[in-house]
Amino acid sequence: MIQQIDFFLIAPPLVLALAAGLVLLLDAFLPLRPRTRTGLGLVTLAGILLSLGFVVAQAFANGSPRSTFCVPPGLAAGHVLCSFVVDGFTLVFAGMVLVAAVVIVLMSMTELAGGAIPVGEWYFLLLCTLVGAVTLPASRDLIMLVVALELVSLPVFALTALKRYDGRSSEAAVKLFVVSVVSTAIMLFGVSLLYGIAGSVYLSRLGEVFSPQGTAGADLPAVVTVGVVLVAAGFAFKIAAVPFHSWAADVYQGAPIPVAALLSVISKAAGFAGLILVLVSALYGQAGTWAPIVAILSALTMTVGNLLAMRQRSAVRLLAWSSVAQSGYILAPLAVAATTPGAVGTSTAYLVIYAAMNLGAFAVVMLVSRTATRNDLDDYRGLALRRPAAGVTLAFCLVCLAGLPPGLAGLFAKVFVFREIMAGGSGWLAVVMAVNTVIGLYYYAVWTARLFTPAGRAEPSLYRPPVTAWLAVGLALAAAVLFSIAPQLVLDMTSLSASG
Amino acid sequence: MGWIPVALLAVPLLGALLLLLAPRTFRDVLRAYGLIFSGVTLALSLMLLAKFDYGGPARMQFELDRPWIPGLGLRLHLGVDGISLPLIVLTALLTFLCFVYLCWGGARGTSGFMSARPRALVFTLLVLEVGMIGTFLALDLLLFFVFFEIVLIPMYFLIGIWGGQGRRAASIKFILYTLLGSVVMLLGLLLVWAQTGTLDVEALSAAHGAGMPRSIQILAFVAIGIGLAVKTPMWPLHTWLPDAHTEAPTTGSVLLAGVLLKMGTYGFARIAIPVLPEGAAAVAPWLGAFAVVGIVYGSLACLAQGDLKRMIAYSSVGHMGFVLLGFATLTPVGINGALFANVAHGLITGLLFFLAGAIKERYHTSEMPALGGGMLATMPRLGSLLTFASIASLGLPGLAGFWGEMLALFGAFQPANGLPRGLFLTYMVIGGLGAVLTAAYFLVMLSRVTHGRPRPAAADPHPPDDLVPLDDHLIHEPPDERPVAPLGSPARRPAAVTLHPGDVYGHELLAWTPLVVLILLFGLWPGLLLSLTTPPVQTLLGAIS
Repeated sequence: MIQQIDFFLIAPPLVLALAAGLVLLLDAFLPLRPRTRTGLGLVTLAGILLSLGFVVAQAFANGSPRSTFCVPPGLAAGHVLCSFVVDGFTLVFAGMVLVAAVVIVLMSMTELAGGAIPVGEWYFLLLCTLVGAVTLPASRDLIMLVVALELVSLPVFALTALKRYDGRSSEAAVKLFVVSVVSTAIMLFGVSLLYGIAGSVYLSRLGEVFSPQGTAGADLPAVVTVGVVLVAAGFAFKIAAVPFHSWAADVYQGAPIPVAALLSVISKAAGFAGLILVLVSALYGQAGTWAPIVAILSALTMTVGNLLAMRQRSAVRLLAWSSVAQSGYILAPLAVAATTPGAVGTSTAYLVIYAAMNLGAFAVVMLVSRTATRNDLDDYRGLALRRPAAGVTLAFCLVCLAGLPPGLAGLFAKVFVFREIMAGGSGWLAVVMAVNTVIGLYYYAVWTARLFTPAGRAEPSLYRPPVTAWLAVGLALAAAVLFSIAPQLVLDMTSLSASG
Repeated sequence: MGWIPVALLAVPLLGALLLLLAPRTFRDVLRAYGLIFSGVTLALSLMLLAKFDYGGPARMQFELDRPWIPGLGLRLHLGVDGISLPLIVLTALLTFLCFVYLCWGGARGTSGFMSARPRALVFTLLVLEVGMIGTFLALDLLLFFVFFEIVLIPMYFLIGIWGGQGRRAASIKFILYTLLGSVVMLLGLLLVWAQTGTLDVEALSAAHGAGMPRSIQILAFVAIGIGLAVKTPMWPLHTWLPDAHTEAPTTGSVLLAGVLLKMGTYGFARIAIPVLPEGAAAVAPWLGAFAVVGIVYGSLACLAQGDLKRMIAYSSVGHMGFVLLGFATLTPVGINGALFANVAHGLITGLLFFLAGAIKERYHTSEMPALGGGMLATMPRLGSLLTFASIASLGLPGLAGFWGEMLALFGAFQPANGLPRGLFLTYMVIGGLGAVLTAAYFLVMLSRVTHGRPRPAAADPHPPDDLVPLDDHLIHEPPDERPVAPLGSPARRPAAVTLHPGDVYGHELLAWTPLVVLILLFGLWPGLLLSLTTPPVQTLLGAIS
């Protein structure tokens, strides 16, 4: 049994893995000098860009999905069973993750310039996470999904704890670790149940078994429902959906800010990719079970996230709860995924736009955190007057997150979702979302207003942010502005993903 | 000719962007800068006025139709017809006049706004202008919504940064209220879209609601109507307005009353009624009821106000009640009246807020008891202008305020077929009563402020300084309840008269004269405006009448 491996297809994760090894080696052998720190950052950046190049090449190479790690036809009994598939869905998620990674590496270079955090380990762990995040959307069997998801999660605990001798940071790491391990256990249990019933780990095969006309027919045991619920719950932990959301704020606050950005964008994207794959490819026939659960989770997530965000004083905590609420909006179209074909594309489109605007906000928050250690909302008073570029960027990103013009990206993203859920016939969810949008507007508006109110005492800050910080801000802002002017780009990209 | 609407949006936008990109370059020429960009916009709108084909005001002219987001079916569809043309010109004019008022006033130090972050102020006003003009140009549901929303942000900052003492609470109330309405409106627009599959206002109006069942039309009309009614504002949803007006700076109040409120009523004429005629017919009696309650409520509230700006704000509630009543009749007469009253209110209330701002600048208060009386004696020109604007607002025949309200009431006398006539007759009677009350409160106000004997100017202890109070913790003075000294009272202190700052300044006169002229023009020659609005109104009512 010899498998043919298509190395072009697995090039993106492979390049990242090699870069991770290289960074670790370089860190061990190069002298510990400030220049080395920058050098390691640039190596990481190069690895990510090379990987991104492969993703782009794959996108242009061939329109039809290509796969590798397939069961040889002789053993597959007439089915096509592959573990690694590159299609539109894979490419969109991988591309988004890698572009977000560029911003996060740029933010890391700013954060690491302080010197308190070991650089080699940092980039190594970061690249390991990315390997998982790029592999995950391509995974088409349950084992590979779980492995990839763990590869995304495990390095993040360490990254969170890398700010050594910091109580909050250690607490955050432990909290994240415990929550994540519990969620993995739950998910594995669900996965094993599904495997036990279907007798296969391949998603395409699972899809056949669990479809109403499947080989198992109508006499599926009731334990399928348990399996579906457990798997959904496992992913709900990763995307911080209610009722598995309580870790978000503490972890975001304790972790270094680039890690918080990573959690809120890359880790979340990986969670959603896994959720979409499992629910829509494998368990499509069981939509009757999971669609109402997802709808209720979505409604709860956006409501709880928004209500908690309203009372926050700390910028990072506010962003944490706001990202929980945004998870709810991303989940909403999935609730109607069984009835409308475009739902996956809509969720992905929202995710892509959310990634741009959220990274923009985090990039500015990090700039501010260099001078204001507490990072309260009050530290942002008059930011638009002290540092106009940062202030206006943050204002734009917040307005985008709120979904107001001129932040058209966020508005259109919300309109996509509204349209999808109304087309899917979930009017009540649309109403819940409308109410939530207004609640969200309150805290975003209050924060934005603070940027423009003059501070009582203007102390000239001597801190000059490095060029990487501005690059991160600029890149995220450019993406958000681009998506505002031409949201069709996102739609074109993500409509490909729906076919996958 | 599709380029004029684009240029109308592009010029102020370009002005705003240049300020953002090169903040330092224009520091010394800011006054001229704002004037030039708003002036060019005004010139463009006048060009629109000149090139407009008056033979066919019912059809869309200067159209531009380009796809923007095909995935959403969103098109960059702009156009002008007889309904939107007056409002576009009004917007450009009022913005320009605001700049005239600010820029030349700033040079004299009478108007502190230019000294407090002038660049941001010019930027805000230009962005506001883009949003306002865009709303009147948009012919795509979602595009309309986008422009409708763009307006909120600069207005929020206008109130929140350059406002009075309670500005923070007022600005947050303003934005939350209108956003809540907007989200409901968005749901209604999406409902229309989900039912018909198009966002194009022209196509939807031409279809006259075909393809949408009655229940859906009612639902969509209510949803869209709530969003528009918050902005208009309609009676139970008006509570943000007095606070916002009282706290906003003069220019903010002028644009808020003059243009922003019109966006709500324009939405009824452009979208809600033509796109959803059956929904409109079903909801019209309710709309009429809220409208007349608004008229009476606004007038009664005005009678109880001590603050001049607050009183004018409540008077807007009443006037907008007439506009809504006109729409509710669903007759050409009523809607024509509504559209006329719309423009007239923009001119008159714009002028009134300018005057109130000028008074507040001179006396440092707009509490009527603290103003004392006798403005006609101390500042004869300002007093006469205030009298003129008030009389125009209360609807004296011969001035612009009269025709719109008369036509709206006339429309209620003979509402469209299918509407309960008895009910609308009742509305007409109540509305007429409201008109009497309107006259009452304006006359009371005039008697308190302009008549009587000038009181020693104890209310004006501080010289006019050009520092804008930007601190939140200014002492909030309790309202002054001193009675106005009646005529013929022995305490005559003519020396006090000289303590008041000067009468109407040149820049103020420059900013106000066009409004006065237009109020007279439309009052004496209402056909000018009515000939423009009548054909499109008949088209939009095609299905009903």
